[in-house]
Amino acid sequence: MRTQTYPTETITGEPVQPIELDHSAQNFIDQVEDLSHSHLSRCWHCLTCSGGCPFSEDMDYMPNAIIRMIQFGLKEKALSCSTIWLCVGCNTCSMECPNGVDVAAIMDGLRQMAIQEKIPAAEPGILSFHNAVIDSIARYGRTHKLEIMMRYKLASKDLFSDIDLGFRMMSRRKLDLMPSKVRDRESIRNIFKQNQTDR
Amino acid sequence: MTLVSQTNLSYFPGCSLATTAKENNASLHTFVDHFGVTLTEVDDWNCCGSSSTHSVNSELAFSLAARNLFQAPPDKPMLIACPGCFLRLKHAQKELAGSKERQETCEQQFNRPYNPDLKLVHFFELLADMSKEGIFKELGGRLNGLKIAPYYGCMLARPPHMNKEKNHHGLIEKTMAALGAESVYWPFISRCCGTFLSVSRPKIAEKQVNRIMQGAIATGAECIVTACAMCHLNLEIRCLPENRIPIFHFSELLSLALEGKFSRSWLKRHLIDPAPLLEEKQLINALVPAGK
Repeated sequence: MRTQTYPTETITGEPVQPIELDHSAQNFIDQVEDLSHSHLSRCWHCLTCSGGCPFSEDMDYMPNAIIRMIQFGLKEKALSCSTIWLCVGCNTCSMECPNGVDVAAIMDGLRQMAIQEKIPAAEPGILSFHNAVIDSIARYGRTHKLEIMMRYKLASKDLFSDIDLGFRMMSRRKLDLMPSKVRDRESIRNIFKQNQTDR
Repeated sequence: MTLVSQTNLSYFPGCSLATTAKENNASLHTFVDHFGVTLTEVDDWNCCGSSSTHSVNSELAFSLAARNLFQAPPDKPMLIACPGCFLRLKHAQKELAGSKERQETCEQQFNRPYNPDLKLVHFFELLADMSKEGIFKELGGRLNGLKIAPYYGCMLARPPHMNKEKNHHGLIEKTMAALGAESVYWPFISRCCGTFLSVSRPKIAEKQVNRIMQGAIATGAECIVTACAMCHLNLEIRCLPENRIPIFHFSELLSLALEGKFSRSWLKRHLIDPAPLLEEKQLINALVPAGK
């Protein structure tokens, strides 16, 4: 009888680490399925999502690798990667998936889980931009692009990159000085209050 | 009943069209006005939530989008120009339709009745209807000689729960052909422009944008026609000098095809000046002078 042997190294030469599965793996899968309304067992890793993703070359893991991580219950790894932050929700993967897995919704779910569990964002600048946009909506009910840019720049301590672009945009009147506002801001405040954000 | 015969629509401009892309808003109004369609802005509308809100808080994203559905007048279809806003609002509408509990919570919160029949219409759907009614025939040949790359962007991509919605691919080509302009075939029609990465990871957005621009140039297109204000802005601001060709909002070219309705003031809001191309093609002769 032949004994089965397993490789001890990955194709990139790293030692193979065994993945130990326990009941918490299923909990994680359930959580993600619940948040994304998508069935992970439908994924057969054809890599259509990864091949079609315009940003996969800049991600630390391919989109389908994230799905594999979830299937194996590798929660920490999935929540601390850059992929979930670099995904912009363009829905290309979700549209192209032959099995109807909503990959973009899964990325939304993972990102939200990472925030709730206070796992440091692999792309802090992107989170800080999202927060600047949401702050603007909380304040005016609409987005005020100039202020979003200024606040984002202050938060990321990067005041000078793109300054020439800022002037070009101002000269073409692309950036309004004053925000466009919702009149009934009380209703916007209520929305934020109800959704338990401390803004 | 077609949309065109319903001459009074409510209108959701969204933050981009209300601010950075005023020229998109103005040209859209000009175009539909010409055909007797009146747009009434939804009273006190708010931001649809944009990409950022659903990225970090789905419930907040739902509520922000839902408020607009309760602000909309119940008796008219609501026209949405921005494909991003359309996706957010349609998503919220689907969630509402599937949950009695959500309907009741929202009715209480917004103090208005839930309207299950509110029709959300993307600008493309209105155009498709207008096209069926043959309105482009009278404008035939107005854009003769212009070679365009149609660019739909990603926000018309339909995730599984929206896969019964139309994405209207082909409409720009069909309309432009009716007006005499030639569309190129190219592989980037629905490639994502990078959205917010343009601010938070500009190098990544720059790479995407320049691939798109080079793709258009390689096919011999003289300009790109977008349907999304976000794409328009990203292509203009992240495009390297060697890859610059003008980017038009779809509605700008539609208005250009109307006699004397185009305003030069729209062109002044572009970061890549389209005036030289329009002059070269003699499309700019019948224009209203700036300031009008």
